[in-house]
Amino acid sequence: MNWISNYVRPRINSIFSRREVPENLWTKCDECGTMLFHRELSDNLNVCTSCDHHMPISPRARFATLFDGGTFATVDVPEPVEDPLKFRDQKRYPDRMKTAQRATGEKEAMLVATGEIGRTPIVAACQDFSFMAGSMGMYVGNAIIAAAEKAVELNRPLILFSAAGGARMQEGILSLMQMPRTTVAVQMLKEAGLPYIVVLTHPTTGGVTASYAMLGDVHIAEPNALICFAGPRVIEQTIREKLPEGFQRAEYLLDHGMLDRVTPRTELRDELITITRMLLGLPPAIMGDLPAPDATDDAAPSDDTAPAA
Amino acid sequence: MTHYLDFEKPLAEIEGKAEELRTMARQNEEMDVEAEAKALDKKAAELLRELYGKLTPWRKCQVARHPNRPHTRDYINTIFTEYTPLAGDRNFADDHAVMGGLARLDDRPVMVIGHEKGDDTKSRIARNFGMARPEGYRKAIRLMAMADKFNLPVITLVDTPGAYPGKGAEERGQSEAIARSTEACLGLGVPLMSVIIGEGGSGGAVAFASASQVAMLEHSVYSVISPEGCASILWKDSEKMREAAEALRLTAQDLKQLGVCDRIIPEPMGGAHRDRDATIDAVKRTLVDMLDSFDGKDADTLRAERRRKFLDMGSVGLAA
Repeated sequence: MNWISNYVRPRINSIFSRREVPENLWTKCDECGTMLFHRELSDNLNVCTSCDHHMPISPRARFATLFDGGTFATVDVPEPVEDPLKFRDQKRYPDRMKTAQRATGEKEAMLVATGEIGRTPIVAACQDFSFMAGSMGMYVGNAIIAAAEKAVELNRPLILFSAAGGARMQEGILSLMQMPRTTVAVQMLKEAGLPYIVVLTHPTTGGVTASYAMLGDVHIAEPNALICFAGPRVIEQTIREKLPEGFQRAEYLLDHGMLDRVTPRTELRDELITITRMLLGLPPAIMGDLPAPDATDDAAPSDDTAPAA
Repeated sequence: MTHYLDFEKPLAEIEGKAEELRTMARQNEEMDVEAEAKALDKKAAELLRELYGKLTPWRKCQVARHPNRPHTRDYINTIFTEYTPLAGDRNFADDHAVMGGLARLDDRPVMVIGHEKGDDTKSRIARNFGMARPEGYRKAIRLMAMADKFNLPVITLVDTPGAYPGKGAEERGQSEAIARSTEACLGLGVPLMSVIIGEGGSGGAVAFASASQVAMLEHSVYSVISPEGCASILWKDSEKMREAAEALRLTAQDLKQLGVCDRIIPEPMGGAHRDRDATIDAVKRTLVDMLDSFDGKDADTLRAERRRKFLDMGSVGLAA
């Protein structure tokens, strides 16, 4: 914040700085401090062009670059009971939800879609860390079950992008119950003989790592993603010593045998196509950006189709 | 020596006084204190009923963590015969926070697995306070697979603050071990029954309790996070654990309403630790009863019913 933005009193400031105004044409990389122009950054999938730092990317933006021609159809997720515990900490849970919905423009922390990658039909699910830290509650559980059921129905692989601070405390035990629920979803895929590929993105922690994120046929992580059960701070408090550099980062997990690969976001799409097609026994794909598939397909453009954000 | 919880202080005073009177009477035979001591006993019993009749969620957490509460080892030694411990995950180590093995429940061979917290300083350290490492979950997975192979019902006893948050545990794949253990529970073609006997701490508990039927002792708790942990994150103050315990709805009574817990096993007045034998006996009767309820079900039915139960979970909420 500089003196110009400080000059206007904060309350008034918030009225005028609404989302429709592109408030930030420039983004500063948290890692190297380089100022990046928004178009350049989004063209590079929110990866810093100077230091390769992977910044967060919204599920819609990710799907727009993942699917052929940026075309996908979202899958409906059954709505869970709202605020099942009537949870209240310093704020009411419904208020926290409304704040998150307003900030992200999304209903909840996971988006499920069908579409094609390299002309390979798939179902994809992507967790949204910007929505209440991507936390896993009933909705996220329902989304993963819906994704698995859709994959089984259409006989397609499921590719899941994880990102979460863990379980959603505001749903108490019901958030914890998403661990067995999502595990049942993974078992459906397994029994149908369908590939289940997990892409672990920064950060994937807690009950999410300890359920569906660690049950994939193939585990790929984005560079430097934090992936853990207990967070570094909790561990430092328990063992009372400093943790080594890079502890619980993707490369560290790769070294310890928990991942198959660490792949930069910009190479991810091609890699997912290659792996999926081999697992499905299909011939090699034609690489590169493909136009949207034929309109007869279920992934035809719909209202939900998002242009590259 | 009875261990009193902070809210039991008035009780400790009365019971202490009665004890004192009786000690004095033993030393001085002319004194007749029995009437007075009996009056104190009565008062203590009333107070106990009052305190335990309306335990707050936080107090339930305290009771669930009571050091004199019967632990997995006590249940195993009393309920089962021919208990034969089986050790090791065949990969790295044997985790003493998890005990398990073959045993007979009224002559029927079963596989029993549970978290053990230990009951004195030495055993608590050896058991790592009931916080399992990946080896513990992998031992459980191995035992469950064995039970599946030989068609033995599985009984799990849950009593853990949570999975161990340590450096080695993370390096050896704590998350993967928990995920696979949950998966093993859900894949079993034999009955799987869980009893939450004390603390059901987060993922460390789910890894054992993704069961066909889950019973909870009356004052046990089962939660996504400890009240202290929740308070420090959401209230930014770990001293707000009372509020957090309230909000998390972690009591057996709330969980029964939510469909997470299938049965509640009543505890003796004043908690399981005041009458350990009666508690253990009640758990045994519940286990026998639960086991009988699976008679005649084949592997596919057992698996399908267990999965259906979890898929359907969460369709009802709680009232404010």
